[in-house]
Amino acid sequence: MSEHIVTKKQYGFVFVTLMVLTLVTTYAGMKDLGPLNVVVALAIAVIKASLVVLFFMHVYWSTKLNKIVVVSGIAWLGLLLWLTVSDFATRGWLPFPGK
Amino acid sequence: MANHGLALRHQFDDVAQQKEASTFGMWLFLATEVLFFGGMFLCYTIYRRWYPVAFGMGSNHLSLMLGAVSTAVLICSSYFMACSVNSAATGKKNALVGYLAMTIVLAIAFLAIEMSEWHMLYSEGLMPGFNFTYHEMDPRHVQLFFGLYFSMTGLHASHVTIGIILLTVMAVRAYRGAFTPDYHTPIEVSGLYWHFVDLVWIFLFPLYYLIARHLQ
Repeated sequence: MSEHIVTKKQYGFVFVTLMVLTLVTTYAGMKDLGPLNVVVALAIAVIKASLVVLFFMHVYWSTKLNKIVVVSGIAWLGLLLWLTVSDFATRGWLPFPGK
Repeated sequence: MANHGLALRHQFDDVAQQKEASTFGMWLFLATEVLFFGGMFLCYTIYRRWYPVAFGMGSNHLSLMLGAVSTAVLICSSYFMACSVNSAATGKKNALVGYLAMTIVLAIAFLAIEMSEWHMLYSEGLMPGFNFTYHEMDPRHVQLFFGLYFSMTGLHASHVTIGIILLTVMAVRAYRGAFTPDYHTPIEVSGLYWHFVDLVWIFLFPLYYLIARHLQ
């Protein structure tokens, strides 16, 4: 494994993007966009988080083993959210037999 | 094989393998942290779905301005942390100590902003378990909102505090010349932890300050 040194210029570019996205999401949060508020805020949060993970945390340049750990961490979180939310969201869809 | 002196522990073949083992271990720890915070994010998701109006009312007591500023402060500190890793890898000792110091100063600034927000909520009587005296619509579920708010930001703040201690230790070690371009894994791994703390806030900010404001 050869070490990849990320330059300050690259970090600076990621930093400016993160700051701009923070301004955009704050501005969007002040407007009432109805159901779109959630979509916009979470989409921007996911983009910001991806930038931090890929470039600040060097996952973009890291080995396959570390990438697997990152992806599985996110996958287990997804499983936790997906299974529980689908339970709560579908309660009451079917009648209880004998009730 | 080059002689790296004390930097290379005997169980590893070379410096690269040693570094890989350390970052792998840190990522495993961070994966458990994702699930640690994940349970709380799940809790938020379910209750927000059940009591959107109460969550909307609670969210409007938070200061959007303070939330946005603390997000910016934490992103700046993450950037300085990234620059610390760069300085360590290129062997610039003074720059490394300086960037670590700036990271720590911004982390303390973040905590100060958060404390002022907590104090503001406390004086409004919105701190569950201490002085929750909210008498408008649906106080029980607004209390639930603030219970989750203080638990999640509190857990995050404790991570920030641990980060400050960790980075202070790293700054002292760096000042004493413990790190070289060949051996700076502790800086790299501390950086991973610090960026994770930033990541959690990247999600806490929209969930508490942005997406519940307009729920009525």
